[in-house]
Amino acid sequence: MTTTMRALLGATALCAAGGIAAAQDKTTLTIATVNNGDMIRMQGMTDSFLEANPDIALEWVTLEENVLRQRVTTDIATGGGQYDVMTIGTYEVPIWAKQGWLVSLSDLPEEWDADDLLPAVAEGLTVDGELYAAPFYGESSMVMYRTDLMEEAGLEMPEEPTWEFIREAAAAMTDRDAEIYGICARGKAGWGENTAFLTAMANSFGAKWFDEDWNAQFDQQPWKDTLEFYVGMMNESGPPGASGNGFNENLALFQQGKCGMWIDATVAASFVTNPDDSVVADKVGFALAPDTGLGKRGNWLWAWSLGIPAGTDAEEAAKKFVAWATSKEYTEMVAEAEGWANVPPGTRTSLYENEEYAQVPFAEMTLRSIQSADPTNPTVDPVPYTGIQFVAIPEFQGIGTAVGQQFSAALAGTTSIDDALANAQALTVDEMEDAGYN
Amino acid sequence: MSRAITPRRKAVNTALAWALGLLIFFPILWTVLTSFKTEATAIADPPVWFFFDWTTENYSVVQERSGYFRFFWNSVIISVGSTLLGLLIAIPAAWSMAFVPGKRTKDILMWMLSTKMLPAVGVLVPIYLIFRDTGLLDNVWGLVIVLTLINLPIIVWMLYTYFREIPGEILEAARMDGAGLRAEIVHVLTPMAVPGIASTMLLNIILAWNEAFWTLNLTAAKSAPLTAFIASYSSPEGLFYAKLSAASTMAIAPILIMGWFSQKQLVRGLTFGAVK
Repeated sequence: MTTTMRALLGATALCAAGGIAAAQDKTTLTIATVNNGDMIRMQGMTDSFLEANPDIALEWVTLEENVLRQRVTTDIATGGGQYDVMTIGTYEVPIWAKQGWLVSLSDLPEEWDADDLLPAVAEGLTVDGELYAAPFYGESSMVMYRTDLMEEAGLEMPEEPTWEFIREAAAAMTDRDAEIYGICARGKAGWGENTAFLTAMANSFGAKWFDEDWNAQFDQQPWKDTLEFYVGMMNESGPPGASGNGFNENLALFQQGKCGMWIDATVAASFVTNPDDSVVADKVGFALAPDTGLGKRGNWLWAWSLGIPAGTDAEEAAKKFVAWATSKEYTEMVAEAEGWANVPPGTRTSLYENEEYAQVPFAEMTLRSIQSADPTNPTVDPVPYTGIQFVAIPEFQGIGTAVGQQFSAALAGTTSIDDALANAQALTVDEMEDAGYN
Repeated sequence: MSRAITPRRKAVNTALAWALGLLIFFPILWTVLTSFKTEATAIADPPVWFFFDWTTENYSVVQERSGYFRFFWNSVIISVGSTLLGLLIAIPAAWSMAFVPGKRTKDILMWMLSTKMLPAVGVLVPIYLIFRDTGLLDNVWGLVIVLTLINLPIIVWMLYTYFREIPGEILEAARMDGAGLRAEIVHVLTPMAVPGIASTMLLNIILAWNEAFWTLNLTAAKSAPLTAFIASYSSPEGLFYAKLSAASTMAIAPILIMGWFSQKQLVRGLTFGAVK
């Protein structure tokens, strides 16, 4: 071996050793997240975090919501240890926390200000007094409507409408020849699609999934009232093929000016008022989700939150990141870079006390919607479960989707309302018996 | 007696073939067209076909956000690696099954195929646990192994079918001329089976490239291939159809180009036997 060759090999070995040492000095956090505007924006704003924490590196895994849910559930249930920070929803937090799968975040630094979190949101993420996930953005649901069509119909939207008013207004706004449909609502089957919408709606009709002994309640009158009202209203004033419409399909219809009203997630407000994507951006008004006078509104509560799986080998670094991403300072940073309309909404009281944020057209209605949601007391009667548009038990994903298929079939007209409810009752009873609740 | 083909019949057949071809190609064409639209144009109703302001912005956004080539190289390693490893195991297996079949060869072949009938999700947790304990989670070589095992029945079956069509007499003649086993496989069998091996290889690269269950469930940040790249642009809350289409076009482009250049080989291998 020549001297030059030896020198080259030696230099290579030194470089490699140096590289390994540098890599070992850094803690790499693998963060699993969903693909939505707020999360993608966060990925682009991490420079300040990395500058303040030069010993931490970040790796992102962005996946579609359902794929992510399946992926992180497998990983956390088997202790795979692939992720250090996970984006999880309000549904998962209480279930996973009870399983001991999540690290408690009650010891985040004082300046993070846990007391500033909106109570309804924090409550959904708290189990036995411990906070198990930090909310990144929160949402409820509300009515988004076309102010011009409402005016043409000679009606005025109250801030707190009833379902009867919504049905009448929808009929008055509908002009099928012009392809304008008075009401757009979810019809696509899925526990996070039509089941979420109908469960929240059913709460306002006094219906519930289970009584206090975990007996299924689809054979009770309030569920029949809910489904008859929903199918009747959608048949009168909904778009064709509504049983296949989820959030995205209705968003496309609304943005093209084809919906008079759309009842869905508050996060949609920023999409429908964005002139780049929506032809009706300057003609949108907002109102609280409807009620029937029974004391509960048909709106839900959801928060995409950051949780840390128990067993991560980078707990301290993960906590630093979670505290940064869900802090007031992060909100201000986004506002400075992209404007107040683009900050992640629905998590902190201080955001809604900010005068500049108050100018955002949907800010007040989003806050009122979130504040009117109560996940621990979701419907008129007492129930043994938490969750407004879902039931926070592990079996709900499967049951919720199967029930959603029955409701979707009733909307499509391939089954009767009575049969859909009878099937929903039978399959829920079976599943709950198998799971040992009854 | 040959059947006369009238010009009219030929024209009808040609038109039908074109119509069928376009129907099959339409989803890809629509995806490519959508990838050059803005998000608002992508959801326009009635749909906009060709006359819109073409933009490449979606491609630059996708590349800037995700870094395409990291996913691309993982896809190349996983699909080519699993196919080569599969061929290495399947060629001798198919040779022995085709030329020295035993009493249970047919049963073994059927059993191998039956493993394809099991829903993948049914074995997700055991496989996940094995990968966790062997440190193969989020590792391209782990995926190479899994995809090899998944596609092995198809590789063996395809090769077995090709090998069976090679007349045993040719191999016997080679033996009588003094060829040993190695010479028989290398100089006689392989040249005759090349079209079959090539089409098996191409088909398996395509299958492995498009595999979207294990590649999503066993990867995280380091070894994610293009299926994960596409999944990162699908969103239940928010319309990103144009960006999703750009990501899809980028993901399928390499395999489309490969398929285009090798279509003669692929069609010949899939439609003709070894000695026709």
